[in-house]
Amino acid sequence: MKRLGPVAWIVIALSTGLLALLVYGVVNTGVDDSLDEAVKSGRRPVAPGSTVALRRLDGAGRMSLADLRGKVVVLNFWASWCDPCKGEAPLLQRAQKRLEREGGTVFGVTYKDRASASRDFAREFGYTFPSVRDDELELAPEFGTIRLPETFVLDRAGRVVAISRGEITDFRFLDHAIDEALKEPAA
Amino acid sequence: MRALALTLALFAALTGVAFAAVPRADFADVEDEIMCDTCNVALYIAESPRADQLRGEIRDLIAQGMTKAQIKAQLKDEYGPNILAEPDSSGLGFLAYVLPVAFAAALLMLLAILLPRWRRRARVPTPADGVATATPPGSADDERRLDEELARYGA
Repeated sequence: MKRLGPVAWIVIALSTGLLALLVYGVVNTGVDDSLDEAVKSGRRPVAPGSTVALRRLDGAGRMSLADLRGKVVVLNFWASWCDPCKGEAPLLQRAQKRLEREGGTVFGVTYKDRASASRDFAREFGYTFPSVRDDELELAPEFGTIRLPETFVLDRAGRVVAISRGEITDFRFLDHAIDEALKEPAA
Repeated sequence: MRALALTLALFAALTGVAFAAVPRADFADVEDEIMCDTCNVALYIAESPRADQLRGEIRDLIAQGMTKAQIKAQLKDEYGPNILAEPDSSGLGFLAYVLPVAFAAALLMLLAILLPRWRRRARVPTPADGVATATPPGSADDERRLDEELARYGA
């Protein structure tokens, strides 16, 4: 059998590389649930993306999770077009009232949402906590967020205490998670 | 004074033409080139609350008198390059145009190299090649029987 020449090998290598790229693109679409697994097993993983600074919804510059270090944070991904977000909105504002007294805050992150619509939504539900805009998905993928709403309760050291993927329908979830987060002193 | 008035009138007419030459965006034309960024399908076929929100935003931008290019630039600025149905022709987006062509070219070259080899290998040797044929010629008796059979069927 005649051996393949260098051109054939280059072509084979190029084709294989492109095929591998295609396969990687198709396969690499899974959702990252490493945070969920860690929290389920009783660990408190450090919240990712703490330095990602996003535009504030109120237009007052940028804000990141790192700016809230030392506080208990209820990180909530939401959008005005998301119906379940409306359902849990009063619970989030109720959590904010509690956190204001106890050294913490809800931190809203809007997920691909028109800014004016987000502002209307926040006004409608009387949000007093800060929200930032993640229109280019810089923070949400770090938390494996692909659906709305999703909520992560972080302790003062910026570690994840509890996760809710989906609408929060029972305030006891937030209350309990905040209790747990408040027990942990800041690192 | 008359010359000034004429100049002004000419200027007004020319700028009028210029303004008229800038086409106002057509909704369907813009919708075609925008993605629903939460559903990952083109906006014109997307059915979701986010898609409806994007359509509303496009209508508002058209109402403000923006052109298609301006609307696309505004949406890209707000939601990132993935909002556009066609990737940028610069930066990494360039790969979206180059890779399929490179892939097709590589496959064609591979076929161009391998097909002649396969054909050569698959070709049945003939007596002209100086190699015995795979099926030996039939005997005189066989040929006679074949002729009889064919004659019976009128062939």
